Amino acid sequence: MSSPAVELLDIHKSFSRVKANDGVNLAVARGEIHALVGENGAGKSTLMKILYGLYAPDRGEIRIDGKPARFRGPADALRAGLGMVHQHFMLVRPFTVVENMLLGREGVPPVLPMDRVAASREIRDLSGRYALDVEPGAVVEDLPVGVQQRAEILRVLLHGASILIFDEPTAVLTPQEATDFFRVLGGLRDQGKTILLITHKLDEVMQVADRVTVMRAGRVVGERAVRDTSPAELARLMVGRDVALGRVEGEAPAGAPVLEVRSLGVRDSRRIARVNSVSFQVRAGEIVGIAGVEGNGQTELVEAIAGLREVEAGTIHMDGRDVTGSRVAQRQRSGLVHVPEDRQRRGLVLEMSLAENLLLGRQRESEFSGRVLLRAEPILRMARRLSEEFDVRPRDVSLKTRDFSGGNQQKIVVARELGRAPRLIVASQPTRGVDIGAIEFIHARLREARDQGVAVLLVSADLREVMSLSDRILVMYGGRVVGEVPGRDAREDRLGTLMLGGAA
Amino acid sequence: MSLRRLPQALAVPLLALGFSLLVGAVFVLAIGRDPVAVYAELLRGTLGSPYGVGQVLFKATPLIFTGLACALAFRAGLVNIGAEGQLYVGAFATAWAGFTFRGAPALVLAPACILAGALAGAAWGAVPGILKARFGSHEVINTIMLNFVAIALTGYMVSNVFVVPETVHTPEIAAAARLPRFEAFMPFFGGSPVNVSFLLALAAAAGYALLMNRTRLGYELRVVGHSAGAGEYAGIRTGPAVITAMALSGALAGMVGSNFVLGYKHYFEGGFSAGIGFMGLAVALLAQGSAVGVVLAALFFGMLSHGALVINTMVPKELVEILQATVIASVIVSSNVVQDYARRRARERTAAGVTP
Ligand SMILES: Nc1ncnc2c1ncn2[C@@H]1O[C@H](COP(=O)(O)OP(=O)(O)OP(=O)(O)O)[C@@H](O)[C@H]1O
Ligand SMILES: [Mg+2]
Repeated sequence: MSSPAVELLDIHKSFSRVKANDGVNLAVARGEIHALVGENGAGKSTLMKILYGLYAPDRGEIRIDGKPARFRGPADALRAGLGMVHQHFMLVRPFTVVENMLLGREGVPPVLPMDRVAASREIRDLSGRYALDVEPGAVVEDLPVGVQQRAEILRVLLHGASILIFDEPTAVLTPQEATDFFRVLGGLRDQGKTILLITHKLDEVMQVADRVTVMRAGRVVGERAVRDTSPAELARLMVGRDVALGRVEGEAPAGAPVLEVRSLGVRDSRRIARVNSVSFQVRAGEIVGIAGVEGNGQTELVEAIAGLREVEAGTIHMDGRDVTGSRVAQRQRSGLVHVPEDRQRRGLVLEMSLAENLLLGRQRESEFSGRVLLRAEPILRMARRLSEEFDVRPRDVSLKTRDFSGGNQQKIVVARELGRAPRLIVASQPTRGVDIGAIEFIHARLREARDQGVAVLLVSADLREVMSLSDRILVMYGGRVVGEVPGRDAREDRLGTLMLGGAA
Repeated sequence: MSLRRLPQALAVPLLALGFSLLVGAVFVLAIGRDPVAVYAELLRGTLGSPYGVGQVLFKATPLIFTGLACALAFRAGLVNIGAEGQLYVGAFATAWAGFTFRGAPALVLAPACILAGALAGAAWGAVPGILKARFGSHEVINTIMLNFVAIALTGYMVSNVFVVPETVHTPEIAAAARLPRFEAFMPFFGGSPVNVSFLLALAAAAGYALLMNRTRLGYELRVVGHSAGAGEYAGIRTGPAVITAMALSGALAGMVGSNFVLGYKHYFEGGFSAGIGFMGLAVALLAQGSAVGVVLAALFFGMLSHGALVINTMVPKELVEILQATVIASVIVSSNVVQDYARRRARERTAAGVTP
């Protein structure tokens, strides 16, 4: 038998306080799609960054096609035929696809005019071969996320990669985009590429992967052929218990309206109208879900409700009071909490500690601050309590949030917002990047809030999340609410049609 | 500063010192002098006697103020190139209060003079803050422009409004406004103008640390400084935060007059600063934002500044200036080198800009 495409032998990696990889062994055969799953903070991203040359392992060996390899940086890894598609794309947004492809390519002289024609041809070639539909002349920032991802994959392929690493590639994709993406993955495998795929979605593993490795606390706790396992077994391996993500109906009928949006119109930063005369209510004790393909106005709608974006037309009322023009701090005082969709840009200050991040937005509450001085003790106590309650790992309130794993960063934002006593929760992608155990927990907390009479507005690209949590589902398309479906009898296909602008 | 970062914090000045001494030695050799002798003289003249130490403290005092001013702005995400202008209007206001309210008792007058300086500096600093908050115009350009205005305006004042014939300075401040020199109670500092404002500078450094790390305002400024998006999300209004930071920064720079006016010359003199405000940027960069760092960096630059005078007898004045500038530049460069190194080591821990 030929040697595996990738072999990781006894990999160790410690950060100052955490052992992120603790003797990991992993072998991936050529032409295989190998999934890597595990709890938040299990060490998956760290392992892949070691493979890609971004981190140096403390100990251990990497072999590519049986030959020992030492990467001093991603450039070495690229030369050895590895490519990584990050969750946050590495494309230059105002550039066209071609320009991005030519960037950093070896053998392109820095001052000669770039040969766009030849490059475009090459891109078309590759797009055709792998069914990666991308228009070479398009400007990246105008493209939907799914297409940006294809451009990113193309770039990696143009560099000649034969081993591709994906870190949570579907976290930002709509279900349709994800399906397309998996078709691409299958095509890549059939052409002999080797694929490593980190994901938290076990049904994706079942759908596309050949083998799966489960990590926990820095170690490999199991490896299976996908046809010999089930999502339930994988979940048990990951979190050590059974996980249920079903629907649970509310206990009481909804009460008075808490949030009332009337004929709302909002423009984005480029002054393009994104929300057009949207009206709806969220009552106390109900969860209203917003379904829709990303980019159909959800972002702007949520920002307007949170007070982060100017309202062009219409009004927003909270508990009967007009808050259309009021400041963020005022809305917070009237009981609004907000889990923002972009945790890195809005929700966290990456350079500041866990405790300081849990304080964000609450720094004026008398519990945590006098007129001048912050109250260090209560802040620390709150931080310890919340990180315990939401299982943020590691439990280190002085660690910079930059140094937490992606899923744990998300848990920090959710802990801060749900940890308050809100009247209205506006949650955008609240479980993006967190593991199934944490999804279960966050869902339970949202339902608990609802049952205590809180109004919840949920926006999620994950249709099943919307369906399992919402009492009512609004579908947004082209900046309008195009349909409303009771959550209890929502069906995926019907929502899907509405989301694409079709009639119900 | 945490203990883990201590080696790195020490590495910067040490590496900088070594490198700049080498560069300096090349220049000294080039004019046929013995670098070892020159350096020995520099050391002897600064740290070899109480008078020398006094001079170092005296030179460091204004640099602590301007260093804190620039550091505060940095941490709030702003670049204040205007400390020079702020210290001119501040020092002028200090002198004006000192020669105007002649009847006031010492316990009132001296603090009032300092307050006048801080307020004038704050107002001068707030202007580019307001322009940024209101119109989004960049503070770098506006602070630079306001430097010219401040220097010209105070120059006009001494030559046209508060004129003392044949001089470019204001009338003397009342005796009650003077800050005592250290030699008054520590005779071994004899002859050096180092004065009580050095203690004021240390107090300002302590106040700065307290403000940034313990107060709600400091927390909010740091949040905005790191991420305007997160600040907005946390209900912190960026405009007022920017104005406040610039005003506080200006207030710190405006306190420079306590040293020069109240503690040394007892009047305001046109052109007295010669770049102390700009040196504040170097101090703040080297200090990487910490209060202790600002004091240490200011002492280091103070030592250079006085040392330059000391070796003036051995090498030409131009060479002294070259030496001083090279040392400052190499301190900044080597601090970058050390930080780069630390970052590269950290890359083994953190992917460059890539978070999972
Ligand atoms: N630069 C760093 N400094 C300190 N600790 C770090 C750093 N990077 C990762 N860690 C820690 O190492 C552990 C593993 O992190 P890693 O990002 O590999 O987890 P993960 O399996 O990818 O999790 P997730 O599913 O949440 O993305 C975590 O406890 C994390 O806090
Ligand atoms: Mg990760």
